[in-house]
Amino acid sequence: MSAPLAATAEVAAVRELAQELAAITTRPWTLMEVCGGQTHAIVRWGLDQLLPPGLRLIHGPGCPVCVTPAATIDAARSLARRPEVILCSYGDMLRVPGSAADGGPGDLLGVRAEGGDVRLLTSPLEALALARRHPDRQVVFLAVGFETTAPATALLVRQAMAAGAANLSLLAAHVRVPPAMAAILAAEGNQVQGFLAAGHVCAVMGTTELEQLADRHGVPVVVSGFEPLDLMRGLVACVRLLERGEARVANAYGRVVRQQGNPAARGLLESVFEPVDRPWRGFGVIPGGGLGLRVPFRRLEAGARFPDLPGGRAAAPEPAGVCISGAILQGRARPMDCPAFGSTCTPEHPLGAPMVSSEGACAAYHRYGRRG
Amino acid sequence: MAEPAPPVTARIQLAHGGGGTLMQQLIDAELRRLYADPDQVLHDAARLSLPHGRLAFTTDSYVVQPLEFEGGDIGSLAVTGTANDLAMAGARPLVLSLGLILEEGLELAVLRRIVSSMVEAARHCGVTIVTGDTKVVERGKGDGAFLNTSGIGLLQVDDPIDPLAIAPGDQLLVSGDLGRHGVAILAARHGLDLQPPLASDCMPLWPAVEALLAAGVRLHCLRDLTRGGLASALQELAAPNALELQIKEACLPVAEPVRRTCELLGFDPLHLANEGRFLAVVPEADRQRALEVLGPAGGAWIGLVAAGPPRGRVLLRTPYGSERVLVPLSGELLPRIC
Repeated sequence: MSAPLAATAEVAAVRELAQELAAITTRPWTLMEVCGGQTHAIVRWGLDQLLPPGLRLIHGPGCPVCVTPAATIDAARSLARRPEVILCSYGDMLRVPGSAADGGPGDLLGVRAEGGDVRLLTSPLEALALARRHPDRQVVFLAVGFETTAPATALLVRQAMAAGAANLSLLAAHVRVPPAMAAILAAEGNQVQGFLAAGHVCAVMGTTELEQLADRHGVPVVVSGFEPLDLMRGLVACVRLLERGEARVANAYGRVVRQQGNPAARGLLESVFEPVDRPWRGFGVIPGGGLGLRVPFRRLEAGARFPDLPGGRAAAPEPAGVCISGAILQGRARPMDCPAFGSTCTPEHPLGAPMVSSEGACAAYHRYGRRG
Repeated sequence: MAEPAPPVTARIQLAHGGGGTLMQQLIDAELRRLYADPDQVLHDAARLSLPHGRLAFTTDSYVVQPLEFEGGDIGSLAVTGTANDLAMAGARPLVLSLGLILEEGLELAVLRRIVSSMVEAARHCGVTIVTGDTKVVERGKGDGAFLNTSGIGLLQVDDPIDPLAIAPGDQLLVSGDLGRHGVAILAARHGLDLQPPLASDCMPLWPAVEALLAAGVRLHCLRDLTRGGLASALQELAAPNALELQIKEACLPVAEPVRRTCELLGFDPLHLANEGRFLAVVPEADRQRALEVLGPAGGAWIGLVAAGPPRGRVLLRTPYGSERVLVPLSGELLPRIC
């Protein structure tokens, strides 16, 4: 009835791929795995210990919780303090510190402790159910996520419009991954020579945007999954492309990702959202880095419902202090480079978002015992 | 929308804890059957005739949500959990006390089911409930029911079973597969429809401990794997003795549905709670004998003990040959589960 944690055949396959990787790597390469889920798997399974010397992985910004700007959290906190508002979001978002300019621990749970009505959701449609159950209250959904979760938010938007829900609005902080990859490549001192792209984003969006990125910047991009075997396949494919000098997209996650993505989900997303410039925590404003509601849906924006809401769109200054989450999100530093890591910054008392989120790099390092 | 008011008799009322006739009715109708000697409920204190020998004494409180889940409820947990704490000291569980704190509005039908499962759990564990107390708190001030049990057991070992007895070279075994209770609670709490449903592993541990002792296994330490799971138990043993506990991840028994659910929800089976599993630390010479006792019920050897750094550590070797340091669960929004 019980089985070891990883099946033996998979273990053998991973080890074979590690040998193959060692055989084909002739010089140092630096790759970035884009998604925080991939970072967690790499650290969880110690895959970086299986790589040949010189093959270096740096961790990407692929955690929507981590890149949500402090100003958006501040806006959510100010809404949650209003007696008529029920502010709801995903679990991790409730613990991300804002700019702390308004005192307290700076996260949404802090507002809840003060008496604000802050609730945890596991699916966007629960927000509409909440709005129906509380017709006398204003339900605000802090909507975060990549292209992966944006279709579910789009569905909420469509259903809320169809239902004429007058007491539901969105603080929309959805972001797009390819523009952030472009920003990393364009940054001064960039070291990334190839990407493992986030398989779940491609499952929705397909690979067209990545093909443009590979062409324009001359880097290979390999669509990769999240299991050890998927990641090793992605690494082998990426190193092969690098060694051959080919800057194109390869799909190492073919069991899930098709070139055209998921047309239904993508169509839903594109019918509701359009690309907008958006500040990313740690990056500043990324052109086309966010998804904003299209004109017909804008009356669902929290800013339209609450005209006096402090500007959640501006690139407000990030909290100053010892935390180096910006450099970590850009892949310029590793968690243990931070003097606060594991001492004043822990999952119980996070100073920066990467320590909060279940997909953050600092949380991965902390959770899996990389302390020194 | 307000629910229609239920019939008043179907739910716990404040007066059920008030010491008057309603309380007497509650005791007579619902609680008396908990006691092996129903006359005990008339006294302020239980009179015990215990065998001669050294005793173990423990207490634990139970605040689990939801009150009922696949494979158990707060009642079976409260009886089994405290009996298991005694077993971990090498003591045969004998008697329990039971404190019930009920919330106004708790359905009597739920209380009845919890009481039935306590009666059954007590029979399974070989303990008798000898004294108890019931209080009722206002609606909104409790979570349906809080339970406290204290227990007395008769020590069956000469050498203390104690983390300080662990030495480099000792072997680590678990008594069964990991994480079932945690997954059962998560499923009940989040409405996960696991097919087939996964039952809590809640079960008495004394029979396995007794079998180990009967087989002549020297038990350096026992630890039941409750909150925090195996990871926390290992951590607690490594730290005080400056030991390095070396775990082979490929040897950890995890049932397929538990593993799948963990993947889905992002949990690690090492951090999930159990209520019927324990970790045994035995000298190397006794490893095979211990495995012969525990193996048939799903137990497994998982690693060994070496000298470690001053603050101790738990080192996990992954199936891929890489290593990582295992740290206790921290900073997660995991509601209470036992």
